[in-house]
This record gives sequence, C-alpha cells and structure tokens, in this order.
Amino acid sequence: MVPFAGWDMPVEYTGITAEHMAVRTRAGVFDVSHMGEIEIAGKDALKAVQRIACSDPSTLEVGQAQLAGLLTPDGTFLDDMLVYRMGPSHFMLVVNASNAAKDYAWIVEQVKAVSDAAVVDSSSRYALIAVQGPASIDVVQPLTGVPLADIKYYWFAHGEVAGARATISRTGYTGEDGFEIFVPPNVAERVWDAILQSGRSVDIVPAGLGARDTLRLEASMRLYGNDMDESTTALEAGLGWMIGWTNEQFIGRDALKKQKEAGVSRKLVGFEMIDRGIARHGYQVVRDGRPVGVVTSGTQTPYLKKAIGMAYVPTDVSRTGSEIEIDIRGRALKARVVPMPFYKRA
Amino acid sequence: MAYPDDRNYTKDHEWIRLSGDIAEVGITDFAQQQLGDVVYIELPDAGTKVTAGQSFGNIESVKAVSELFAPVTGEVVEVNDHVKARPEVVNTAPHDTWMIKIKVSNHGEVGALLDSTQYQGLLG
Repeated sequence: MVPFAGWDMPVEYTGITAEHMAVRTRAGVFDVSHMGEIEIAGKDALKAVQRIACSDPSTLEVGQAQLAGLLTPDGTFLDDMLVYRMGPSHFMLVVNASNAAKDYAWIVEQVKAVSDAAVVDSSSRYALIAVQGPASIDVVQPLTGVPLADIKYYWFAHGEVAGARATISRTGYTGEDGFEIFVPPNVAERVWDAILQSGRSVDIVPAGLGARDTLRLEASMRLYGNDMDESTTALEAGLGWMIGWTNEQFIGRDALKKQKEAGVSRKLVGFEMIDRGIARHGYQVVRDGRPVGVVTSGTQTPYLKKAIGMAYVPTDVSRTGSEIEIDIRGRALKARVVPMPFYKRA
Repeated sequence: MAYPDDRNYTKDHEWIRLSGDIAEVGITDFAQQQLGDVVYIELPDAGTKVTAGQSFGNIESVKAVSELFAPVTGEVVEVNDHVKARPEVVNTAPHDTWMIKIKVSNHGEVGALLDSTQYQGLLG
C-alpha cells in the first residue's frame, strides 16, 4: 500500500504484469474510490459547466459523458475530468483525487460569478469500482438487470449492481472495454466481493495503481501531474480533440485560440526506445548534449513488451518517425517518435 | 523463500557467494519482491573494476529503476548474458541467478558482510 492523495492505495496485488495482462485478455477490477466527484445542479448548471469544461457539454445528452479539461485562463490544466450529464440541469464531474479540493474551490469561484447553480463536493457519497477488460460485460451482467450491451461507450445508466444502487458507466482508463460503477461507500465492499465472485469464470484479478498506470500509458491516456499540468496547454498536450470550439464560454478558450493560430513550440509525443534502455518520468530529451524536452511517462510495458513513453519535444522533431535522444542516467539513447495510442483494442 | 547459508548478504539486498577467488553476485528474494516484475538489467562488461558499496549496474522493474551495488571490491570476470536476455528469472529464482562474477581483491570484505541469519534479522 502507498499513500496517494490522502488514500492508502495498493500498487499491486499479484504483480503489475499479471494484472495488466488480465485486463488486456480477460478482466481486472480496480478500486478507484479515490476519484473525486463534484456535482453541479440548478437552472444555470449547463451554463456553469460550459464555462469550466473545455469540451462542449451542451452537446451531451442525458446519460452521456465526455472527457474535458478544467483549464486556467492560459489554457493550461488545473485538472482533467469526465463530465457526466445526469439530467438536463445536473452534471457530475469526476476529477483526480489529488486535485479534488483545488478543483472544487476553483469551480465554486467560477460558478458563483456567472450563474444560478449549486456546486457540491459529493466525493464522500461515492465509491467507484472499475471492471475493465474484454470480458467485463460477462462479469457485470449477471449482477444487474440493466442491459449492459445497450450502454454505448461513454454513456451510462442507473440501476442496481449486486443489490446496490449504482450508476454504471461504460468508461475506463485502460484502453479496454469496461464499466466504472459508482455505488454508495457502505455497500462498496459487498459489490467488490460480488464482482470477484462473478468474475471467477473469467479468472478476474484485482488490479492496483501500478497496472492502472501501465495500462493507461499503453492506451496513451494522459496522467495529470505527469503528462500535463498547470504549465502545459491542451494543445501542447496533444489533447486538441478534447476542445469543444463550438463552446464559446469556456475559460482558457482565448489563449488556446491564439496558440492554435500561432502554433505550438513543443508537443507531447509518444516514443519508442531504439537503443536498449527505459526512459522514465523526468528524464531529459537532449539534443547535442543540451536538454530540449522532458519525458513525462515511460516504462517497459507488459503487453507490448516495449520501452515506450511520452515526452514534450520541440515541434520540429514531433513528427512520427523523428529520432530523439533521451538522457538515461548519463547516456544519450535513441528513441523514435511513434503514433499514439501505442495500443488500440481490436 | 529461504535465504541460503552458503553465502553472504548486504544491507542493500545483494547476495554474494565466494568460491576460491571468484564471487557470484545477485539480488535477494526480498529485493525482487520490492522491485516487482523485473524487465531490464544493465550490467558492466567483463574487465570492469568495481568498488565495494559503489553502483555497478541498474535493475529495472515495470514500476522503478534501482541501482545495483557491489558487495566487494574487485574485477568483473564474467557477466550473466542469460539474465540480461531474460531478466524475469530474477523474480522466479533470485538466489539461483547470479548477475556478475567478481574476482575478489580482499577476501576479508566478504566475511565482513551479513550472514543468512543476520540478513533475515535485518528484514525483521
């Protein structure tokens, strides 16, 4: 167990590789109750969310979710989050645990300025259990009357799971099919046990933070604090697809628009090591011995069995196929810029 | 897993087994458990001089990189290419997997290290 944003979190149960492979080939279950939930409701809820989410939440139907950045006026990330439209005037934002308090304070301040909407930090009302992997549906379906096949990717439904009131979201942070299940904390353990029991037929395993990190890296999902933060913009982080330009209200829009017109000077790219070595978070990208960028995430990943990573590099070497050098403990080792995601499910 | 008493151990969780002038060096079961799945091992070439307590290489798991420390001073006379090619054997058989063989300069350094009982005492 390791301390993580005030929570004690397991890094691994049986081993990162075994857990990672289980999720890629069968199913794994993660306790991600540490994630923060912030709800916004009231007459002007949509207006409020349009202001703080860089996507375009007005395009969301009730029962649908989307990824978005919570941006500063400079277009940099306070956090990234999932925006759920629970009702016409009711949204839930799922944010990173380490940022939940900061996010809440920011959102309250922004919403107060514009609208008639209440903001509630409801993190303590939800436990969150993620079942991920190609066999996820076989694991969860026996536990619920909700027809899971009808829930499309990035949609959600309400119902019961193992007798507990639940919101079942077809989302995840692994690059696999799966469900994220919000339940009241007092029944979370029961739901967890029921999932493990139901998953026996597919040899489900509990999976920890370690596998969560390697899975999301293979799927090129950014990790806040590693791959983007308050010093990097959505465009630099390669998350332009997250921006809802049709939303004219969001904070950071002007800065991003200017940056888009001017072009970015650095960009987050995916790379694969050419030389033998593993690049890790914080290692420098070098050119002629001088630092020109930084590795934000990197490891030898269990499924692809390659040393991969993400790094901010100058735009002139950001194209696929460009060769870069990474300082790995004093040696400049070659890597190649490759398209992301590294892994895409069939 | 048992810690064999045919060898010595360091506080940095390496083991060393001396036979004549030549010592095999590997990492302990405790060390491999802490590291998790080992994916890469960087070792010096034969002929490299190593110094007791100094780093002679690196071992990387999925989650982290750690330095390997020489238990004694001497010269690397052989490197285990098998373990470089298949680093996961460190997880499955840590005490049967030597990484380098060192020609030891001073036998006294080996005797000064922990024995099996002392090492297990350190692990608590």
